[in-house]
Amino acid sequence: MSIDLGGLTLANPVMVASGCGGTGRELAAYVDLHELGAFVTRTITLNPRAGGPVPRILETPSGLVHAVGLQNPGLEPFLASELPQLVQQGARVVVSIAGTTLGEYAELARRLGRAPGVAAVEVNLSSPDAVASGVLDVREPFHAANVVAAVHRELPRGLPLLAKVRPDLIRVVESARTVLEAGAAAVVVGNALPAAMPDGRPAGLSGPAIRPLALRCVTEVRDALPDAAIVGCGGIADEADARSFLAAGATAVQVGTALLHDPTTAARLARALTTDREVIG
Amino acid sequence: MSPVAEPTTATRTPLHVTGELLATKKVGAYRHLTLVAPGVPERFRPGNFVAVSIGAPGSDTTRLARRAFWIHQVKPVGGYGPTLQLVVEPTGPGSQWLASLAPGARLEVTGPLGRPFALPKEPVSCLLVGEGYAAAPLFPLAERLRERGCAVNLLVAGADEAHLLSALEARRSARAVTVVTRDGSVGLRGEVADVVDDVLGRSQAAVVYAAGPLATLHAVAVAAEAHGAWSQTAVEQPLTCATGLCQGCPVPVVGEDGVARRVRACADGPVLRGDRVRWAELLGEAGEPR
Ligand SMILES: Cc1cc2nc3c(=O)[nH]c(=O)nc-3n(C[C@H](O)[C@H](O)[C@H](O)COP(=O)(O)OP(=O)(O)OC[C@H]3O[C@@H](n4cnc5c(N)ncnc54)[C@H](O)[C@@H]3O)c2cc1C
Ligand SMILES: Cc1cc2nc3c(=O)[nH]c(=O)nc-3n(C[C@H](O)[C@H](O)[C@H](O)COP(=O)(O)O)c2cc1C
Ligand code: FES
Repeated sequence: MSIDLGGLTLANPVMVASGCGGTGRELAAYVDLHELGAFVTRTITLNPRAGGPVPRILETPSGLVHAVGLQNPGLEPFLASELPQLVQQGARVVVSIAGTTLGEYAELARRLGRAPGVAAVEVNLSSPDAVASGVLDVREPFHAANVVAAVHRELPRGLPLLAKVRPDLIRVVESARTVLEAGAAAVVVGNALPAAMPDGRPAGLSGPAIRPLALRCVTEVRDALPDAAIVGCGGIADEADARSFLAAGATAVQVGTALLHDPTTAARLARALTTDREVIG
Repeated sequence: MSPVAEPTTATRTPLHVTGELLATKKVGAYRHLTLVAPGVPERFRPGNFVAVSIGAPGSDTTRLARRAFWIHQVKPVGGYGPTLQLVVEPTGPGSQWLASLAPGARLEVTGPLGRPFALPKEPVSCLLVGEGYAAAPLFPLAERLRERGCAVNLLVAGADEAHLLSALEARRSARAVTVVTRDGSVGLRGEVADVVDDVLGRSQAAVVYAAGPLATLHAVAVAAEAHGAWSQTAVEQPLTCATGLCQGCPVPVVGEDGVARRVRACADGPVLRGDRVRWAELLGEAGEPR
């Protein structure tokens, strides 16, 4: 019994959230990557990014505050070494992307659309420290939709586009609607919440602290857009959490922070929810 | 050609297990913990560490970030097989919680993690420099080096006697032991940086291994370079996941290809070649050297 996420077929509804699965090599010690619904890569940009200064990640009660600054090797080295390694492990690879211009987004889409083994592209429209870290400002749903349209145009037909939007209750329905209209096959709700490091640097807040908020956002999007394919993301740590997101109308879930605490989380969830589907399905 | 054989990271995969605290003992300023963590000791190589969850397994109060501890020894304990020994300095909430645990407590443990010390291909003279709790991984390294016929010289440092890892134990596996304390309570008075040049000269070491605060590692790397020795430095950075997933622990280095980049302390390190680390940037980034 597999899952259809706007044309992306998943063996189970558990995905590794962007930026929380390393290169895939590290996680492979704790889970066979092909056992997961999908592996979303850290956000890849056209050119390499060194990332921000330390400290990059701090604990708060029930959450992590982070400003990694989208450190990544850039598209070329990613295609040369990271992607083939993920594909070889049998992962359903979803490549997360961000750009500084619409042209960069188009270029990323063109190149990834031709790369063997890419199952889908996830456009990161919601990086909480994005503006400070120099990617295109897409906080307005209209701008986000422009990016989605530019990426959609360049992707081969049949390669699904996931749009990851902010878990901002006031605008999340509008964001979801516009990106779906612009060509997204599914909407990921959502990302880390905009926050700050103690020294004031822009950062994101993730983990159990944001779970109720993310759940509310999923509920709102489901109510307003009954046909949308939704991926729930934010603070999911155990089977009960994942089930509450699925019950609220998510087709799949992404797990981030919980994986940093316990690298076996994704494997356990995938197993629990796979069996479940088989029994019901 | 490097005289050390670089270990590959991927050969021994880490495990995530529920372990049990078998014994706990106060030694000076530290707590020595003996842990049962099935499968982890068997995979250990000197320079590896474990990540421990702070908070009882399954409780709601666990901290999200893991805490890393050097594996100090792997010792068989009757009825349990090989166990792990950790040296914990109670400083903040995580280490204090660990130090306060009673035998029988259960712990989430991931390991062994990280790139271990590279061993020399030939039986050469080696200098091992350890400061505070960070001297912990050097003791099993010393044993491994001795087995290979290397002459082992030790330089053990600490703030005072209480923060010195047992030099007595060290004497068993070393040819020469130098002790330095900041307050002069044992051995020479001063810092590693004050004496490393001299010790290195006397030991004629071809390879220097170091574990300790960043400033100490830097001093060792500089001294090694001056003496034409290879250095292997065990770099501690604040870790969140400790498993290579989050990119929260960057160390600025110059790669094999001569290109400057940032690697992960936990997964690409913690042991890195001293001549590859961009120390000025690392020390600046990490704020005041500890
Ligand atoms: C590879 C490695 C090996 C280590 N081995 C040992 C050991 O053998 N014995 C020992 O007592 N301690 C060791 N440490 C330090 C240990 O992991 C904890 O950072 C330390 O115990 C403080 O944690 P805390 O919760 O008590 O304090 P807190 O001050 O509350 O720590 C809060 C956060 O800061 C991080 N942090 C603060 N200082 C450091 C630091 N110097 N290095 C890394 N992270 C830091 C912690 O991981 C934690 O996330 C090691 C660290 C690393 C990276
Ligand atoms: C250390 C870290 C790095 C992250 N990097 C990215 C990233 O590169 N791209 C992205 O879209 N989201 C990134 N995220 C956000 C997560 O993918 C996820 O959306 C968010 O953390 C909420 O889910 P969680 O509470 O399960 O972590 C990152 C999160 C963390 C904690
Ligand atoms: S601590 Fe997460 S990658 Fe090193």
